[in-house]
Amino acid sequence: MARGFSVTSLPGFAAIAITSFVLLYAPILTMVIYSFNASESVALWGGFSLRWYTAAWENTQVQEATIRSLVIAVSAALISTTVATMAALGTTRRGRFKGQTLIYVMINQPLMVPEIVTAVALLIFFAAIKVATGYTGLAYLVLAHSAFCVPFAYLPIRARLEGMDLALETAAADLYATPWQTFRRVTLPLMGPGIAAGAMLAFVISLDDVIITEFVKSAGQDTLPTYMLGQLRRAVTPEVNAISTALLALTVILLTAFFLLTRRRD
Amino acid sequence: MSAPTPSTARTGWILSIPALILLALGASGPLLIVVVYAFLEPGEYSGVVWNFTTEAWFRVFFERDIFDDTVSMADAHLTIFWRSVKLSVLTTLITFAIGFPTAWFIATRPAGQRALWLFLITIPFWTNLLIRTFAIMEVIRNQGLLNTALIGLGVIGEPIQILYTDTAVLIGMAYVYLPLMVLPLYAAIDRFDFRLVEAGYDLYATRWRVLRRVILPIVKPGIVAGSILVFVPSLGAYVTPRILGGGKNMMIGNFIELQFGQGRNWPLGAALSLILLAIVLVALLAYVRVTSSDRQDG
Repeated sequence: MARGFSVTSLPGFAAIAITSFVLLYAPILTMVIYSFNASESVALWGGFSLRWYTAAWENTQVQEATIRSLVIAVSAALISTTVATMAALGTTRRGRFKGQTLIYVMINQPLMVPEIVTAVALLIFFAAIKVATGYTGLAYLVLAHSAFCVPFAYLPIRARLEGMDLALETAAADLYATPWQTFRRVTLPLMGPGIAAGAMLAFVISLDDVIITEFVKSAGQDTLPTYMLGQLRRAVTPEVNAISTALLALTVILLTAFFLLTRRRD
Repeated sequence: MSAPTPSTARTGWILSIPALILLALGASGPLLIVVVYAFLEPGEYSGVVWNFTTEAWFRVFFERDIFDDTVSMADAHLTIFWRSVKLSVLTTLITFAIGFPTAWFIATRPAGQRALWLFLITIPFWTNLLIRTFAIMEVIRNQGLLNTALIGLGVIGEPIQILYTDTAVLIGMAYVYLPLMVLPLYAAIDRFDFRLVEAGYDLYATRWRVLRRVILPIVKPGIVAGSILVFVPSLGAYVTPRILGGGKNMMIGNFIELQFGQGRNWPLGAALSLILLAIVLVALLAYVRVTSSDRQDG
């Protein structure tokens, strides 16, 4: 114990921890570095180049998949955040009521049921509707994504609401504000960071989805992740590295914003 | 918090209705249809024929010979179940062995540094699963980083075939689910009162005894939460075994998909989905019981 005994240190733990951080980041960093590789080969380094980014950018399939991914993710984020905000207002700060557990269970169902099971369920359900109505548009994907994004939008909004003091709203009511004015001028601005955080999580979750999209999509409705999955089945191209790195960058930017938004309340 | 009133309940329900309708259409309702489909006959090309039968459930475990109708165990199915459970348990154990020291390390950093280390765990957590699986695939390929490095160091002469084996699936799942183990463990260790460790040492306990008798029992809820969070998605994994396991090393998730693709047996796929769901719900209920009884004891 000559090196100074510390109650918080356990032998070897720091070494394992550092190793696990290295193991977590080494594959991701390799992917990022090789996305700038000029060489055709995925193994050999041929100098710095943006050719794979250019190739991905000019690939019409990638363009279409990107636009589709964004349309779905923005719609799903808007829809899920709207209904989640309403549900959070109805289920927090006002005392427990009968059936609240049922509401919780339903809202959190997408977190509990394995995604492959939900995917299969939606495939069966939508296949029947597709046959009955003949409609094969994007609405199925938007509906599916909106549904599984609800808990991700709901949880940060609820957390924000629970930390908010009802006294401000009571004060507004005392000063003869109508319920709508109170909501619009007091509650909503206070909830703002929670809503923004929830919308961002929903957006990221929708953008990342592979399994449910793969099962629900009609022919020619690839999103960026399902396009990449299809590419991986054939040959590995450095183009996928470039797309992955671009998506990774977007995730990191959104996450940083999310942390800044949720931190301010502390 | 104000007392619940009838209007609280009414407002609560009215405000929740849009979310509930959305989830009924996009999650709960379709799940009920799966239950119905598991008791129907498969259609010739896909879909179902509306005749009630328990054949799909029978087919999960047994198979009938096409010619003489003899019944035998469906070995191929059992192999897939066994592989899924085995790989999920191993994934949970590996992520715990690596994740516990990592969570401990983060929780014992000076307060100012902790957020940064946590952020470093959170980035991979929120990064697309497909991208992470793809990244680890690049590392373990025959011409990948690992084999190239080992050959360069002279450890091996020929590249080791890791990709498209169970080992690859295991490495991949441990890699992608590690953050799910670290985050709840961190939450538990962060609340831990380190004076208890001090007391243990004062009473001449060895480090090993302190770890086993003081630390582990107290952070048990975090261990259980982390294990559930890793085990449940591992068991239902689809993307990682599909990419790293190749076509042969299927897990339950891929086997379910097969029934809706080439297998053309929707009822069997529905029955398999419900079995997977049942295992997951049992695990979640066990988790609720363990954590709630701990709360009562503590």
